[in-house]
Amino acid sequence: MSEMLHVSSSPHIRSKVTTQSLMFMVVIALLPASCFGIYNFGLHALLIIAVTIASCLVTEFVYEYFMHKTITISDGSAVVTGLLLALNMPPSIPWWIPVLGGVFAILIVKQLFGGIGQNIMNPALAGRCFLLISFTGHMTNFAVPAGAFGHVVDTVSGATPLAAVKAGEAVNLTSMFFGNTAGTIGETSVVAILAGAILLVGFEVIDLRVPLTYIGSFAILVVIYGLAVGKGFDMNFLAAQLCGGGLMLGAFFMATDYVTTPITKTGQLAYGVILGLLTWLFRMFGNSAEGVSYAIIFSNLLVPLIERVMRPVAFGKGGKKA
Amino acid sequence: MKANSPVERLYNGIYKENPTFVLMLGMCPTLAVTTSAVNGLGMGLTTAAILAMSNMIIALLRKVIPDKVRVPAYIVIIASFVTIVQFLLEGFIPSLYDSLGLYIPLIVVNCIILGRAEAYANKNTVVASLFDGIGMGLGFTVGLTCIGIIRELLGAGQIFGFQVMPAAYEPITIFVLAPGAFFVLAFLVALMNKFQIGAARRGTDKEKVGGCSKDGCANCTNHTCGGKIFDITE
Repeated sequence: MSEMLHVSSSPHIRSKVTTQSLMFMVVIALLPASCFGIYNFGLHALLIIAVTIASCLVTEFVYEYFMHKTITISDGSAVVTGLLLALNMPPSIPWWIPVLGGVFAILIVKQLFGGIGQNIMNPALAGRCFLLISFTGHMTNFAVPAGAFGHVVDTVSGATPLAAVKAGEAVNLTSMFFGNTAGTIGETSVVAILAGAILLVGFEVIDLRVPLTYIGSFAILVVIYGLAVGKGFDMNFLAAQLCGGGLMLGAFFMATDYVTTPITKTGQLAYGVILGLLTWLFRMFGNSAEGVSYAIIFSNLLVPLIERVMRPVAFGKGGKKA
Repeated sequence: MKANSPVERLYNGIYKENPTFVLMLGMCPTLAVTTSAVNGLGMGLTTAAILAMSNMIIALLRKVIPDKVRVPAYIVIIASFVTIVQFLLEGFIPSLYDSLGLYIPLIVVNCIILGRAEAYANKNTVVASLFDGIGMGLGFTVGLTCIGIIRELLGAGQIFGFQVMPAAYEPITIFVLAPGAFFVLAFLVALMNKFQIGAARRGTDKEKVGGCSKDGCANCTNHTCGGKIFDITE
């Protein structure tokens, strides 16, 4: 009887999706890339992943404990931030650098702006850019550490395929696709990243609007650039640009972060095109071979503007006045 | 402390209305030149000297300067002092002159100097204005030196050019670049707010405004203060 008289206010149907379950999915989806990174670069990569996640969790706990806020380490968002940051680290980096990056990402980019859901840019990428500016030497040293399992093809120069492409050298596209190349821990294997991305799309954690417009607009611009400078249509160059660097990892796992992505569908399309345009500008005309991180955090900052411009008009409010 | 007394003006400039951390004035030199403690100190003292002198002269001339052309008149006075100081720096401390560069002539349009001329010196006595200038200038110096020390320590491992961090310390280069200036400034402002807002909440820094009666808030008709101003414990 008491069950029948159970009265509650709406909503009566609730989604079972929680922050925790979403973050868990993202971690699962990142596992292929992480495992491949460890396989490719050795146990030092595992150490980097572990200390970065630990650094993020500890920072979040310490800040929230001393500021008398609800402790949110169990929702997994700090784990995802730490994992993404670690996957953006070169494999032979000293362990204290990603620890510092984790502290910066969680404390300054996330917590000081109000914690989960309030960060103005992707914490992991902001942490990476902080480290890239501060420790340029360490962050661009892609030499493979001793004790790697010995699967990296190009262990001699330590240059990433993207840098080689920029220098006009030939690259092995097959190894770029499978990931036996130099690069950051998680970005080298396109196959592993795509496997994770399929999981994310399959579980409806992300939709493909942002990644596809991002990658698509970038590819179109690369082709136009090739035609404009008189190189003609170069399939190898295009494929190397798409498979190289952090484009895949960034497009599927970092540009799709809920907090720093526009809400409206048209806004998401615009956001994807801006990402493609910026990445193209940074990669083709910048000093460095890579530009995905800066493109994403820059576009994150444009999101409020995109939302403002693309705000849908309420029914009956739009159109021309009579 | 008596209002407008020299000591009160110094306290006001250095702590209570610190131009860097409370008034947030003069942000351009604050962010741009504080890459090292020496630069911060040099910029602060240069500005302090100009501010004290321009405040004094403007207070002297406050009844002579017509109201309609007061800002151009202030600019002329300030620019004269900036030119003098610039020549002195160039002649006697060329290293500081080189590192501050463009920011010395830009002191002319520093909003602390114009702000104090407009807000204080043109309606107060010469002595009070002089000490207001010294206080504000020292407050600016303290602010810039603090920012400079922290940025130099983290970004280069040194303080005033002396190596203080162990040799194994790897400088966090971002702190001597532009973003570092914003980080350090933000943290110091937060710290200052922690002290000042904390003091205001505890009631040690409360000032009764005109109209607070001895009977407390019971019979008071001025409700704009929300009952926060009258200190019941007194």
